[in-house]
Amino acid sequence: MNIVQTDFYTQAILSMAALVGLTSFLMLGQSRLLRLIFVFALQGLLLTSTTALAAYSLDNPHLYISAVLTLVLKVIFIPWMLRREVLRMNMHRDIQTLSNKTMVMMGGASLMVFSYYVLHPIVQTTSPVMLNALAVSLSVVLLGMLLMITHRQAIAHVVGFMSIENGLFFAAIVATKGMPMVVELGVAFDVLVAAVLFGIFFFHIRTSIDSMDVDLLNKLHEVDK
Amino acid sequence: MNWLIAILQTLLFVALAPLLAGWLKWCKCYLQNRKAPSLFQPYRDLLKLTHKQPVVAEQASWLFVTAPYIIFSATILAASVIPLIAVDLPTSASADVIVMVGFFAFARFFLALAGLDIGTAFGGMGSSREMTISSLAEPAMLMAVFTLTMTASTTNLSGAIAHVLNSGLVLRPSFVFALFALILVAVAETGRVPVDNPSTHLELTMIHEAMILEYSGRHLALIEWASQLKLMIYGVLIANIFFPWGIAETFTAQALGYGLLAIMGKLGLLAIFLSIAETLVAKMRLFRVQEYLGFAYLLGLLGMLSHIILEASR
Repeated sequence: MNIVQTDFYTQAILSMAALVGLTSFLMLGQSRLLRLIFVFALQGLLLTSTTALAAYSLDNPHLYISAVLTLVLKVIFIPWMLRREVLRMNMHRDIQTLSNKTMVMMGGASLMVFSYYVLHPIVQTTSPVMLNALAVSLSVVLLGMLLMITHRQAIAHVVGFMSIENGLFFAAIVATKGMPMVVELGVAFDVLVAAVLFGIFFFHIRTSIDSMDVDLLNKLHEVDK
Repeated sequence: MNWLIAILQTLLFVALAPLLAGWLKWCKCYLQNRKAPSLFQPYRDLLKLTHKQPVVAEQASWLFVTAPYIIFSATILAASVIPLIAVDLPTSASADVIVMVGFFAFARFFLALAGLDIGTAFGGMGSSREMTISSLAEPAMLMAVFTLTMTASTTNLSGAIAHVLNSGLVLRPSFVFALFALILVAVAETGRVPVDNPSTHLELTMIHEAMILEYSGRHLALIEWASQLKLMIYGVLIANIFFPWGIAETFTAQALGYGLLAIMGKLGLLAIFLSIAETLVAKMRLFRVQEYLGFAYLLGLLGMLSHIILEASR
């Protein structure tokens, strides 16, 4: 497959895939929480436009509902909730430096290569576009995990978790040409419930250790290590 | 005939470079609510400097005096490789993009040596900083350019631009990455705001200005002109590689005229974006520059990866 020979829809989907991958890398390198949340909202916006594009080009109207749900939940509601939490905890001026930023970034790049390598056997059975989209979404999932490993703030962990969900959602949209409506509604409400649960979790973690730094959870040991 | 056009194009490059610098300054002044100098002020500055007598320190060796000429001519040679208003020129066929990067490295080598030559503290400091930054910026730039050359399967700039032009409007994910990488590198290499501030002589932050602090008169004019030329080279690279529409493919007067108008429009727009970015962004600490350029390298790498993963035929 050469990109010049594919139709415009495929090119646009591939560009979207690349941009979603880029936002994952941007999230990995952010040291300020508010900017991290902003990039997360940007990734949600890219997902929304991918869904709308798929709805338009596959002539599949119920994907529009899915796009609106994504817009409301992942671009507006969850970033707003996280932002409010950061402002209330007065953490928006904190800079959390990554211990080894360049290594983390290079690790992210190798994760991308790895996910492509893992999915390469699929190319025999399916269209190359699907392989590419799947590879990018797998790498978004892995980069979300890397984000959760490298950052110490609980809010960054939530953003990492949500971006894992974004990767899965992207794969679902591109690869299956739209899931059944029931599944999509279910996933959207799962995300909503997860967001509410995280809110409660934040509240508890804050009242018990008076910080959002999960490394401090080690201090709950009775004996100091 | 073709050689004549190639020489004319290079002369145009050299002649328009101060105008671009003047336009950039004008945009910045407008955005910062200052009264802008005339668009032709850089020409007047250059003219004034050529009339002044150059002052050379007693300890200066021959290198200090010859370096401006070497830097200026190497930059002109680099400019002659790049298609400005027309593709398929004989000069761009004889040297490819790696030679162009080589010319830049050559000019930078002599600039750094000239900074060290007098033995003042600032010159040495500027040289060491410049070499640090360029050692990080060069791989990122090559990565970004290789993405283009892999798409076109040629390292010849003219051929690559013609290839992009002929394949029509294709959305290439790799070009998005390469564009951002090249913009970041261009800002670092031409000493613009987040990395270096071209309009200050505040000792502790300067890089480029520190190296040329000892120069005066026509030597200074040549070096200033070379750095304006370098800014324009990067601008033309970004404009013509990623948005090549409008560049002349035949050597008729009409096509060349359109090409000239197109590149001036593109550079004008690019300068507006650059001045907005320079007004919004504060200069970063020197020790954070490696993070910035590491990110540029990462973008270039991702561009190449996404070319291989998403676009290459298999």
